[in-house]
Amino acid sequence: MNLFESLRIAIDSLLINRLRAALTTLGIIIGVGAVIGLVSLGRGVEDYIASEFQSLGSNVLFVFSSPPTSSTRAGVQPMTTKEGEALRSRAVAPSIRTLAMETLVGGIVAAGSNAIQLSVSGVTPNFIAVRSWTIRDGAWISEEDNDRAARVIVLGTTVVERLFGDKAINPVGRTVTVNERVFTVIGVLEEQGGGIGFIGDQNEVAFMPILTAQTRMGSARTRDGGYRVDVLHIQALDEQSMDSATQEVETFLSDAHGVQFQGEQDFTIINQADLLSSLGAITGILTVFLSLLAGISLLVGGIGIMNIMLVSVTERTREIGLRKAVGARGGDILLQFLIESVILSLLGGALGVALGWLIITIGALLVPDLRLSITTDAVVLATFVSSFIGVFFGLYPASRAARMRPIDALRFE
Amino acid sequence: MVSLFRRRSGRRDDAPVAVQGRKAVIEIQGVTKTYTMGDIEVHALRGVDLTIYEGEFVSIMGPSGSGKSTLMNILGALDQPTSGAYRLDGVDVSRLSEADLAKVRNKKIGFVFQNFNLLKRTTAQRQVELPLIYAGAGGRSRKAMAALESVGLGQRLNHLPSELSGGQQQRVAIARALVNEPAMILADEPTGNLDSRSGAEVLQIFQTLNRERGITVVFVTHDSWIARHTQRVIMLRDGQIVADAPIAEPLIAGHNERPSMEDEMEAVLKTVYYGGNEEEYN
Repeated sequence: MNLFESLRIAIDSLLINRLRAALTTLGIIIGVGAVIGLVSLGRGVEDYIASEFQSLGSNVLFVFSSPPTSSTRAGVQPMTTKEGEALRSRAVAPSIRTLAMETLVGGIVAAGSNAIQLSVSGVTPNFIAVRSWTIRDGAWISEEDNDRAARVIVLGTTVVERLFGDKAINPVGRTVTVNERVFTVIGVLEEQGGGIGFIGDQNEVAFMPILTAQTRMGSARTRDGGYRVDVLHIQALDEQSMDSATQEVETFLSDAHGVQFQGEQDFTIINQADLLSSLGAITGILTVFLSLLAGISLLVGGIGIMNIMLVSVTERTREIGLRKAVGARGGDILLQFLIESVILSLLGGALGVALGWLIITIGALLVPDLRLSITTDAVVLATFVSSFIGVFFGLYPASRAARMRPIDALRFE
Repeated sequence: MVSLFRRRSGRRDDAPVAVQGRKAVIEIQGVTKTYTMGDIEVHALRGVDLTIYEGEFVSIMGPSGSGKSTLMNILGALDQPTSGAYRLDGVDVSRLSEADLAKVRNKKIGFVFQNFNLLKRTTAQRQVELPLIYAGAGGRSRKAMAALESVGLGQRLNHLPSELSGGQQQRVAIARALVNEPAMILADEPTGNLDSRSGAEVLQIFQTLNRERGITVVFVTHDSWIARHTQRVIMLRDGQIVADAPIAEPLIAGHNERPSMEDEMEAVLKTVYYGGNEEEYN
């Protein structure tokens, strides 16, 4: 008897017991569906977080006026506009393409009866270029606005919504107050993606010229005659020059702040790669965890197949006896039951891929920001795993069937 | 595969040709069978010698526990004797491996069971093809059709067991037993689950096959009425053959009424009657 005949006998037997076959595959369908769905979900979240950070702008460094956690320094000497301007010089930092400065002004922003607590940023006009943002309505802060410390403000869409009731409203020309000083709205930023916010809502922002923040909002001058700067946003020439840019900033600021020993810095340099790798570790754990859950459901599905195949062997004892009486050898019976369980689990695998696709489609509808897709490796894995399950969990019932003595099997009631 | 099998089994054309120039299909010499159940040894067969010739129609009778079923299992190559020799159609079956036994069952024996043992939800045609599939034979549908026609079911090829009467189901089983042209058909209470009319039909088919095609048939039964339709009765008691005699005038299926209840009752009360050749036991 050849393989084709064994295949036909197995298919016949499965068709004869359609309901049982369907129930058997259910475990595998759910298992494989869960693997594909959850793995894709995990990957989607990973990609989303990565893209969220990439949206911060490419080859960007941030320098904060706060000591790194390992610093032994007691007091913090803030960074200043003078230092920022010095770093812009090619001679000091040849790897830096653009440098934008940010000074934070905590306060209350109000329009009419609506008021929100917000950290308003005073920024240099080149800030928008470093962050690769765009303007939806009106205009961004110009050099002229900054030079005359104009009382103008650019809002993010969330702020527009909370101050004016609807994010679609164009508030250009209207006035708002920041800490009771009147500002004119000159622009609204294009809505940024995300909003699930591992790095906060990027639309809940407001920007004024940095000189306005430094001179009109109550900041005093620093020792070197400049003004306080809280964050430097630095764009390196390219990705390869990230390290040298970091080094140049480190050297210059250490010198300017009198840092003599490593660990005494009162500033922190962070780049995208650092953020991505630390978050990658977290999302990696998430993916492993989801895979583990999915793996458990596959295992349960496999045990389900074994369970039902064992019941099926007992239930079909007489059939096995008859087949042996008319000339089936142990090997023929083994092959028949093995092929049955492999067909069941492959079928379950295929339907499971469909279920996974369904889960992903529904997931994508519910959370449009997640880009979910069935990856080839998930499908290959599911196929491999389900056929392995078919063989592994089918082997024991099949060998039990094959070892039955025909007289016992025929006598079985 | 077949040639290998023949070589190993040593099938011989000069197999013993005995009485009346007929070839022996079954030759059993000194066969015993002992089961061990825990510490107890059960001697199901205690030395059986038996020869059945080609074209014979034999019934093996005996009460429960007589070793009748054990003998049937050994005759059917479903079980091996503890000692003794069994040659089936010239092949020494008592020494074969499990796989070779399967081949013997496939090629040389056709089984008919009391409860038909048909595969559920499988057409008559496919049921009959089953032994051919395991034989790896070609021309399956043609052979299966021919076998079904020979039992009068040529019009029921695509019927499922659930669409057939008990008698028809047993005829499908007979066609399945016939299809590989075995050396003998071994039937275990073939009419046990049938009413009198269907039983008579089935008996008639066996008689026709035996008479017209010379097929060797062995019935295992405890029903003396059924045994009276065969040509020779072998009586087993406590693992030994206690009687073996030809039936002078076998009944022709469908031509005789089964004895009435009263007659059977009377026979039970008045005589020790085992069926077969009554003179032997009176």
